[in-house]
Parts: sequence; structure tokens; C-alpha cells
Amino acid sequence: MTAVLFQQVSRHFGAVRAVDSVDLAIAEGEFFAMLGPSGSGKTTCLRLMAGFEQPTSGHIEIFGETAEGVPPYRRNVNTVFQDYALFPHLSILENVAYGLMVKGVGKAERLKAAEEALAMVKLPGYGARRPGQLSGGQRQRVALARALVNRPRVLLLDEPLGALDLKLREQMQEELKSLQKSLGITFVFVTHDQGEALSMADRIAVFSDGRIQQLGTPEEVYKRPKTRFVADFVGSSNVLPPDFVRTLGFGDSYASLRPEAITLGDGPGRKNFAGRVVATSFLGAANRVTVEAAGARVAAMTPASTAPPALGETVTLSFLPQDLHPMDGAR
Amino acid sequence: MSIVADTSILARREGTSGRLSDFFWRNPKILLLLMLTPPLLWLGIIYLGSLFALLLQSFFSIDDFSGLINYEFTLATYRQLLIPSNFDIILRTVLMAALVTLASAAIAFPIAYYAARYAKGKWKVVFYLGVMLPLWSSYLVKVYAWKLILAKEGIVTWFFAKLHLSWLLDAWLSLPVVGGSSLSISYTGTFIVFIYVWMPFMILPIQAALERVPGNLIEASADLGGHPAQTFRHVLFPLALPGIIAGSIFTFSLTLGDYIIPQIIGSSRLFIGQAVYAQQGTAGNIPLAAAFSVVPIVIMGLYLWMAKRQGAFDAL
Repeated sequence: MTAVLFQQVSRHFGAVRAVDSVDLAIAEGEFFAMLGPSGSGKTTCLRLMAGFEQPTSGHIEIFGETAEGVPPYRRNVNTVFQDYALFPHLSILENVAYGLMVKGVGKAERLKAAEEALAMVKLPGYGARRPGQLSGGQRQRVALARALVNRPRVLLLDEPLGALDLKLREQMQEELKSLQKSLGITFVFVTHDQGEALSMADRIAVFSDGRIQQLGTPEEVYKRPKTRFVADFVGSSNVLPPDFVRTLGFGDSYASLRPEAITLGDGPGRKNFAGRVVATSFLGAANRVTVEAAGARVAAMTPASTAPPALGETVTLSFLPQDLHPMDGAR
Repeated sequence: MSIVADTSILARREGTSGRLSDFFWRNPKILLLLMLTPPLLWLGIIYLGSLFALLLQSFFSIDDFSGLINYEFTLATYRQLLIPSNFDIILRTVLMAALVTLASAAIAFPIAYYAARYAKGKWKVVFYLGVMLPLWSSYLVKVYAWKLILAKEGIVTWFFAKLHLSWLLDAWLSLPVVGGSSLSISYTGTFIVFIYVWMPFMILPIQAALERVPGNLIEASADLGGHPAQTFRHVLFPLALPGIIAGSIFTFSLTLGDYIIPQIIGSSRLFIGQAVYAQQGTAGNIPLAAAFSVVPIVIMGLYLWMAKRQGAFDAL
């Protein structure tokens, strides 16, 4: 069943088209990521699902029911806010029980459910504290518990990991993923971090200028970007200009080529080109070598075990033809 | 020649000011002391000193025959406050202050909410001007203007007549206590004018408190299923409460101490401020005037203590 359906949905703020004719269908139980830079319309899409915004035009359905004109408090959809939006005047337990309280669930019952939800996010016994006494990571978990205790049909997450430091973020990514699998709830996740989207989502919609540039599995989006924007934004792909692509023996269009698909030296069945080294940097697991070739800058990943070539040296680089992907919007 | 000096330490600026700058930089506490001394002297001598003198006066009594002050410590003057005619004055004033405070909060909240949540740019300026403008004009002029507005021949009477609602106004005025022969000589009139005059002091703190409530808390409440009324009760009101209390301190204390409004607009029955005025002026009973003045101080002390327990000053 389709959990969330957008049909030609637009949301304009004056002359600004925050969301522009978006079509999408999110399946039940799916972990769906909306990826894009700030101002790309991904958060507005989330707010349209939550009911904080109403579409200027188009049609939205949540589990087959029309959602336009339905206020947020009548949608069985819950949100984990970017900065958590915990109620500062309530205890952690009261925060988590809030949704049940406003729905009229009895005190004993709702506090018990809130305790269970806190245990689920690994914060048992924290109920008596105030939001101000918790760390960012803990507040994040409380926000998650507060949303999940209502058993929503769709859980919306607005850059929930943005404020956490790297280690905590990686840990939360895994926890969110396993939580989603065990609960079977549809997760819609907004992020500007492509790594996060690639590692967690079942499918990704890449947003730019209020439109979906590409919608597909992480692998599709990463390996076969449809547009230059997607190639640029998802990872650090080389975008090769048409002139250069032609000299390599392909058609007359822009093409993407992943840095890790390029190796130093030539080999059987590989395409090669020469370039002058203009920059090298050590990334820990690998070196990134940037060369200038026929007016284009191309980055390649080389193993950290071998020393990178010297600056100014001319080197031969090669790749497998199937790793080069021509893109839409030729010239 | 370069305009940048080629020494690593620049020469001190010439004259006394240069030496002073260096001195104060090295001894910032002395500068602080110099800056604080005048206001502290003012506060200590002129303000607290006169307050102390007032307190002292209230423990003296007046000789009924000679009218002279008897400089002997006694609680007799305070006992006088409890006789029915004086106690009525206190009760009347406290009740009026409480009602004015409640009504001001109820009227100010929507205005403050609009200003904090919706007013942007130009409309915010219009809001501040609208709220502050009355504060910049003379208090007496405003009160006399209200006397004209509320008078029997005034615009309010005319307006009710035009709406064919004169019977409603007359019915209200015929009520005991709140009524009178016209609005300008009734408790209702006093009440209306108090609310008008103190309104800015209620609106601004509430607006400041609401301004600090992040918009996403309201969204979060709705997201979790809270209807607008529930969001108000469980989120907005508790978070605005410190502002409401801060505003109520103004409206409550200002009403407790005011002696001009009830004198110009209202029945001839006295409020605390008028009693102080009459006792120290025409009656020449300074000790009783002082004892009357202590009443609002004590009430406000209690009120502030309760407000503090409610967390009204946590955001300061």
C-alpha cells in the first residue's frame, strides 16, 4: 500500500516555488530519504506531509485518504523535529506522554507507555529530568520516543541527526535503521547529508529548486546520477564536460565518473587518459589525486598504501567503460 | 614611510587621558566602582533612606488633642488600619488591583500573541508605536480625556444610544457597587481607565515571553494531536506565564498606589493612594499616611515572593 502520495504538489510562497509539481509515492514500511541542499524544497515536502503547510495546488494522500485541509492534529503522522522541540516546562516523561495525554489516555496508562517508549530508545529512568538536563543525543532519543509512543503510521524526521557529532550520528543511524525495521513504520527522512541518505534509505529522492531531480535506490542514485546536479551533490563524482567525454570515445553529453572508479596506470579493457597532477590530499583510507586533463579537473582515489604522485607530474589514469555514465541535459 | 609603526609595542598616547586609559585597563574594578558609585549613592540615600524614614514614621502615633506627632514606638497606628472605614479602603484597593490585573491580562494576551507570532517588519513597528504612544503623552490629559468619554453626555452614552442599547448601559449603571449615575462616576469607569492606562505594561512583558517560545513547540503540540485549545492550555500558557506575572506586577502595584485616577473618575470612595494623600495633607496625620503606604509595600512583597516561586524572574 502507498503510505504517502503526492500528485503534482506545489507550494509557493509568493514568487518562490518552494515545492514545484512534485510527484512521489512512498510505500508502506519504506525508509524514504529526501535529500537536497537547503532551500531545495525537501523540508517543505515534509511539512506538507505533517500538515504544517498546505499545498498551493496538487493532491496529497496519506494511506489513501485525502490530506489537504486536514490539520496536523488530525493526522496519524508524527514528526521528529530538527532541534527536537521538546517542551521545556515538562519533564521527559510528560514530554513523551504528551501525545497520549491530549488524546485523553488515562494517566497511569500513558505514563507506563511513555516509560516503555523511553526504554525502547535506551533512556530508561530518565523520565523525571527536564529537557535542559539532557545532552543533544539524549534529547534526540526523547524526541523519537515522543513521536513513536503514538504509534504513527508515518514517522517524519527533519534532519534529526544534524546537530549530533559524527560518532553519535553514526550510532544513531544504525539504531534508527534497526528501529524502523523492527517497528515496520514508514520513515520519511529529510537530510542534506548524502552519506546518511545512502547508508540508511531504501529509496532516495534528490531535491533541487523545489523539484525531484532523481528518485531511486541509493545504488542507482550514486552510480547512475541522472543529472549534473545529482552527480555533484551525491558524493563527489567527477562531472566530465562533453568535449572531454568525446575525446574518450563516448557520445556528446556530460558524463559522471566516480573518483574510486579511476586508477593510476592502464590495464586491459580500460579507457585511459593523461593528466597533470594539480593537488593531492590524504584522506586516511585513501589518497585523492586531482589531475587536469584536457581542461577538465578529474579526481581519482588511490590506495593510501602507495605514495601519491608528485605535483606537476604527468600521469596516466584509466577506468572501465561501464563506470562512465552519460547524463541528461546534454549541452 | 610606512604608516604602521615598526616597534612591536606602541607608545602610550600622550597626556592624562592616555595614562588614564592604561590605568583603567589594568584596574577594571576601579573603573566599575567609579561608574557605580553615583547610582548606588542615589539608591542608598535618596531611595532607601526615604523608604526607611517612611517605615519609621509608621511606628509613631499622633496625639489626638494637639495633633502633634508622638515620637514613641507604637503599633497603635497599624491598629488604626484595621478599623472598618480604613480596612474598607484597603480591601477596595486590593480588589480593584486584582480585577484590573486579571482583565488586563485577558485583553493583553491576544494583542501580545499577534505581535509575537504574526507581526513582521512594518507591522511590528506599528505595534510598538501603538502600545508605546499612550505612554508618551501626559497621564493627566489621558485621564481627563477619559472623563469626557465616560461622562453622561459623552461618546460612550451616545454610542449606546445609537445602537439602541441605552437600556443595557442603564441596567449596568443601576447595579449596586459597580454602577453609578454615569460611567465617569462609577467603579466601572475607574476600572476601565485603570486598564487603559496600565495596558502597555501588561502587553510588553507578555509579548517578550511569547517571543521566546519557539514556534516549533506549537507545531510539535499540534503534531502530537493537541487541538488549538489544548496547545494553549498545555504549552502556550505555561510558557507565557512568567511574562503574564511580570506584567501583573506592574498593573497590580501601579493600581495599588495610584491616587489620581480614582479621584478624577469614580465614586468618591477612597483608595489607598487617596487615603495617603489625604492623611499627610489635609489631615496632617503623617504616621497613618505612612502606615497606609506600608500596606502596598507588604502586599507587593508577598506578591513578588509568590511570583518568584512561579519562576517569573527565571528569564531575567
